Amino acid sequence: MDIEQKLENIRGIIVRAKRWDLFFTLLGILSLMVGVLTFTILFVDMAIEGVPRLSMDFFTSFPSRRAANAGILSAWVGTVLVMLLTALAAVPLGVAAGVYLEEYAPKNWITDIIEINISNLAGIPSIVYGLLALGLFVYYFGFGQSILSAGLTLALLILPVIIVATREAIRSIPQAIHEGSYACGATTWQTVRDHILPYSSAGILTGVILGMARAIGETAPIITIGALTFIAFLPPAPFTGEPPAGLFDWIFAPFTVMPIQMFNWTSRPEAAFTVNAAAAGFVLVFMTLAMNGLAIYLRYRLRKNIKW
Amino acid sequence: MQIPTRYEAGVEGNVLKANVSDLDFYYGAFHALKRVSMPIHDRKVTALIGPSGCGKSTLLRCFNRMHDLYPGNRYAGGGIVLYPDNTNLLAPGVDPIEVRMRISMVFQKPNPFPKSIYENVAYSLRVRGMRNKSELDDRVESALKGAALWNEVSNRLKELGANLSGGQQQRLCIARALASDPEIILFDEPTSALDPIATASIEELIIELKEKVTILIVTHNMQQAARISDYTAYMYLGEMIEFGVTDQIFIKPQKKATEDYITGRFG
Repeated sequence: MDIEQKLENIRGIIVRAKRWDLFFTLLGILSLMVGVLTFTILFVDMAIEGVPRLSMDFFTSFPSRRAANAGILSAWVGTVLVMLLTALAAVPLGVAAGVYLEEYAPKNWITDIIEINISNLAGIPSIVYGLLALGLFVYYFGFGQSILSAGLTLALLILPVIIVATREAIRSIPQAIHEGSYACGATTWQTVRDHILPYSSAGILTGVILGMARAIGETAPIITIGALTFIAFLPPAPFTGEPPAGLFDWIFAPFTVMPIQMFNWTSRPEAAFTVNAAAAGFVLVFMTLAMNGLAIYLRYRLRKNIKW
Repeated sequence: MQIPTRYEAGVEGNVLKANVSDLDFYYGAFHALKRVSMPIHDRKVTALIGPSGCGKSTLLRCFNRMHDLYPGNRYAGGGIVLYPDNTNLLAPGVDPIEVRMRISMVFQKPNPFPKSIYENVAYSLRVRGMRNKSELDDRVESALKGAALWNEVSNRLKELGANLSGGQQQRLCIARALASDPEIILFDEPTSALDPIATASIEELIIELKEKVTILIVTHNMQQAARISDYTAYMYLGEMIEFGVTDQIFIKPQKKATEDYITGRFG
């Protein structure tokens, strides 16, 4: 076979083989579009309908029977306060559990069972957490249909996410750094405090915010524990409620959150309420995106000084 | 093999710093060290050589109880006695942290913490409860001088350790190991990730360090062992094949297996 023909053969094979690259590129773009385009269209549609409705009044008004006067004051305040409690409860518990499993737990079958179950917990439908919380927090502990019950419920919901993220972040620290600390004579706690937590904080934070972004949109468990759908007052600011007023009276106040407010409005027959719902939806998505943006920024900041 | 005791250490009246006797060690079911015995002479460099998987790193990591960090590892008999207090480092009642406070370690790949140069060295002191700023400053400076790094970093102590070159990072790790004034420093193939020039500077440093501290070094590089060590131990498949003065091991090994390895016929 002369060289000309050999080259021609090789080129033919390459052209045929490369067809699959083209095919897969197109398939990949198509798959990507299904997700990205759907979300974009949804978001743009919601924005077109809702953004003109946004005004200062919309944020500072309570819900109303007249769509034009209705606002999301009680909803966004409720969401912010519930998220605050969720973070306060879930972050210490989740990080502590993750650190324990990675650094302290003996490697035996009990630990294995716990590990498997944590992954399973992440897959439990959120309404089940709502039912658990209704029995446990609302009735048994007597927290009532309050911000505290909602915060703790959502904390339970995102706990597995934070535990898993903490463990992943800890595992990404090189073994050599770990051993380096112990070789200096550090105890496990000193190693955790001085090395493990500082170096894994970026990863933990990402997990926390992803968990929070999930919790902020949850509706089912919040309805289950009895959040109100129409609420025209704010939780008491510290030291302003019924005497003896305390710093934390607001945690026992009734509340509503953004998704419930949206759900309430979409179930009204008047078209004007649908516009309200779209506007509230836009705000909710914006809150979520803002949290994700914060996560990306903080991760960048925290990782800047960490090189192995 | 005959193990000299502390008082009959023999060679040039050397004093023993530690003695490994009949040490057995298991990774799970794998018998990694088989009745290993060897003396460690005070303020000398002792090299552990042998082909990959012979157990030299395993033996080294017994000295600071690194194996305790992982499940399934088991010291199954014998011990390592540290002098002059006759403490068996592997005894169940001995806290591994106490052992690591006395015996520090330099790893194969430089592993500075992602902290400043200063904090890297100060860390060994902080875990020992040192809080006084001026005392910390003094000790960090003398450790960095001891590791021949002070002149290069004295005006950039706040910079990240990871910004240094590979050889400088390894000297930073040596400074960290040195800062706590240890009795023994363990080196686990400290130059295998470094270029020849950085390697030469580390070797020079190790020879200087033996004035003050006992050194145990694992190396896969026989020339390195010949250049820097006073005593050499040849290990194979978890057994101590031969231990002796470095010159004797390299020039006139007693065992055929050692000679085969030294001369490159094997390994």
